[in-house]
Amino acid sequence: MTVTTTDRTVTPAALEDTGAGTSTAASKQLVEEELLVEDVSIDGMCGVY
Amino acid sequence: MTLIDEAPTPVAPSGSSVGRLVDRFEQGLDAPICLTWELTYACNLACVHCLSSSGRRDPRELSTGECKAVIDEFERMQIFYVNIGGGEPTIRSDFWELVEYATDHHVGVKFSTNGSRITDRVAERLAGSDYVDVQISLDGATAAVNDEVRGPGSYDTAVAAMARLARAGFAGFKLSVVVTRQNVGQLDEFKALADHYGAQLRLTRLRPSGRGADVWDELHPTAAQQRSLYEWLLAHGEDVLTGDSFFHLAGYGESLPGLNLCGAGRVVCLVDPVGDVYACPFAIHDQFLAGNVRGPGGFTRVWRHSDLFTELRRPQSAGACGSCGHYDSCRGGCMAAKFFTGLPLDGPDPECVLGHGEQALAGRDAAAAPRPSPDHSRRTGAARVPVAMQPTHRAPEATPSLPPDRPCDESPLAGSGLGA
Amino acid sequence: MPPPAPHPGGVTFDGSLAWTLHPQVSLRPESFGALAYHFGTRRLSFLKSRTLLAVVEALAEQPTGHDACRVAGVTHEEMGRYEQALATLAGSGMICEREAS
Repeated sequence: MTVTTTDRTVTPAALEDTGAGTSTAASKQLVEEELLVEDVSIDGMCGVY
Repeated sequence: MTLIDEAPTPVAPSGSSVGRLVDRFEQGLDAPICLTWELTYACNLACVHCLSSSGRRDPRELSTGECKAVIDEFERMQIFYVNIGGGEPTIRSDFWELVEYATDHHVGVKFSTNGSRITDRVAERLAGSDYVDVQISLDGATAAVNDEVRGPGSYDTAVAAMARLARAGFAGFKLSVVVTRQNVGQLDEFKALADHYGAQLRLTRLRPSGRGADVWDELHPTAAQQRSLYEWLLAHGEDVLTGDSFFHLAGYGESLPGLNLCGAGRVVCLVDPVGDVYACPFAIHDQFLAGNVRGPGGFTRVWRHSDLFTELRRPQSAGACGSCGHYDSCRGGCMAAKFFTGLPLDGPDPECVLGHGEQALAGRDAAAAPRPSPDHSRRTGAARVPVAMQPTHRAPEATPSLPPDRPCDESPLAGSGLGA
Repeated sequence: MPPPAPHPGGVTFDGSLAWTLHPQVSLRPESFGALAYHFGTRRLSFLKSRTLLAVVEALAEQPTGHDACRVAGVTHEEMGRYEQALATLAGSGMICEREAS
């Protein structure tokens, strides 16, 4: 099945700065924590064949 | 649904302390999200890399009534769907009855099959059902590549099944491929095959599990192939499913779509044909056996209270990977891959993208690696391929090379009413 | 039965209308909120708040979406965030507009 991740709203590219990757990751994490709904793929968990 | 034995996590109404998905799921859930259910060890094929070492039916298989009781538990736990496999699950005479029972009881079904029982009538029936999905297994985009692993005629069988499903109007069934050294050059062809039949392509990782342990050294992708696989997967995004089986590749940089964590015993698990509950289908071994559905409290008790699953839901130590900056994204890779190659679980994955796994493999005693068990392979010369030999498939011959350890019926079709 | 067409991208949640959980959705409470699985679309959503779960559970009985938010305890300050979450759920077909009775 296909899953849209539009809920994640802000892509890493949009948050890109010239700093280290950690600030991008931290910003991305913050944005994700703001959202109350996230899509998860039903095929997206390891341990099912 | 309340959690037993767990103090409620203080969560602000705004949800701001819930944090990352990964953290929540790693601690385990009150019920699996989905799980794999191997209905039978019987199989009409003998794929060289079979993760469940299938072939012979186990006489202790769960009865129809026992299977329905397990489905009742799945319903009560609100498990969203089960991936029914085996062996070849359609060989069981009660297969359709159980699929219908599951969907009547709010448990979605996807079943994995080699395609040998997908007739036109079956295809039409499946196309008409919203709650049943099908996954056709194929390991080569050409018969030449596929049949080396899955046996003569298996490519034709799978493709015929896909054609029937397409003709019946079943859009979006799954074409599931285990990526090997031999087929990794055919990814575009697999995509074209899936597109041609209106299916969705699924690529999954080869683990050294079951019979896979014997052929892993020859069949697992090289480091260079693994890199190109990663790039290909990134380029195809969510069009191609992976079952999150390549989360160890997150060490290259960007994570692939999926939870990117080991779900074993946390959000998924395996129920095997005799009711044994394992952490996942790639870890069929006593070390990862949590309990049995026939025990008191059934599956529910095993999921919620087994020692193994309780342990897996504790924070895992990074161990030797602790000093590596990539651990946060790769999570140290696949527990089953480490276990069956004889590597410590708190160290690198054998296919660690930085090469730490290769180093570790060089230092270990290969002969001491745990053997997968139990083994339901049919007793033929092809069942155990020594490391030095090519992993070519041979037609099963009636040459018993091992003494029987229990009175198993030889024919995988015994008891199925379908005849040999 | 084919699932209803999801709302076009960029849909906003109109809280003045009546809403309900889609009948093909299984909503499973969790300590952190809930999981919601749509059997028709096979999509799985992770609801990260018990309050959001309460809103979704209240939708079917409340005359409007805003009423459901109110009874679930959503504060004025949080309303924007909750409307965004509900718009996401509407966009993926998890919740749908209800026929006015």
